[in-house]
Amino acid sequence: MPELTKPRPKFLALHEIRLPLPGFVSILHRVSGAGLFLMIPLLIWVLELSLGTDPGSTANFKALTGNPLVKLILFGLCWAYLHHFCAGVRFLLLDLHIGIDKQPSRTSATAVLVVSLGLTGLTALKFMGVF
Amino acid sequence: MKARIVVGAHYGLRDWLAQRVTAVVMLVYTLVIMAAIMGGAVSSHAAWRGFMAHGLIRILTFLFILSLSYHAWIGIRDIWMDYIKPTGIRITMHVLTLLALIGCAGWAIQIIWRL
Repeated sequence: MPELTKPRPKFLALHEIRLPLPGFVSILHRVSGAGLFLMIPLLIWVLELSLGTDPGSTANFKALTGNPLVKLILFGLCWAYLHHFCAGVRFLLLDLHIGIDKQPSRTSATAVLVVSLGLTGLTALKFMGVF
Repeated sequence: MKARIVVGAHYGLRDWLAQRVTAVVMLVYTLVIMAAIMGGAVSSHAAWRGFMAHGLIRILTFLFILSLSYHAWIGIRDIWMDYIKPTGIRITMHVLTLLALIGCAGWAIQIIWRL
C-alpha cells in the first residue's frame, strides 16, 4: 500500500467545520419544513376562524391573531413558508442543472436567505396594515 | 458487463418526482394567493369569504391541500428515516405522521367545502 503523503484526520473536528452557505440553506429547508408540519393544526384553525360567520368565530379570530405570542409564531411560520418556498425553487433549478457551479450556487443560496427574509418583512408590514 | 443487482423498496424515483410535482402545484397556488391578497382579497371578511368560496379557487385549494399532504408526508418520513434508527419507533412515527396528515387534510377540505 502506498504511503499517504498527508496524514488523514482521525476524528472530525466538529468545532472547526463550518457549514457552507448552501448547506445552511439546505438544513433550514428541513427545519422550516418540520416547523410548518408541526404547526399545520394552528394554521387550519386560523383559516377556519377567518372564514367563520358566527360572532364567536370572529371574536376568537381577533383574540387569537391579536395575541402577541401567536402573532410571533405566525410571522415565524411566514418566514418558514417563504424560506421553504425560495429554497425549494432553488432546488428545482439545481435539478434542472441551472446554477450548479460553486459560485452561482453560493450566490443563489445568499439570494434565498435575503429574499425570504425580505418577503417576510413585507408580509408582516402588509398584515400590520402599513400598505 | 456485470449485471447490476438492483435492491431497495423501488419507490425512490416516484417519491422524488412527487415531491417536485406537488411543490410546483403549491408554488402556483402561492402566487395566486399572493396576487389575490395584493388585489384586496383580505380587505374585508366578506371579500375573503367570497374569494375562498369561488369555484375555481375552491378546486385550487383542494389540490393545494392534497399536494401539501403528500409533500409533507414524504418530507417528514425522510426526517424519521434519517434520524430514528430503532425500527419500531420509526414505524410508529410514520403511522402517526400519516394519521395526522390525513386528519388535517379532512379538516381543511371540510372548511373549504362548507363555504
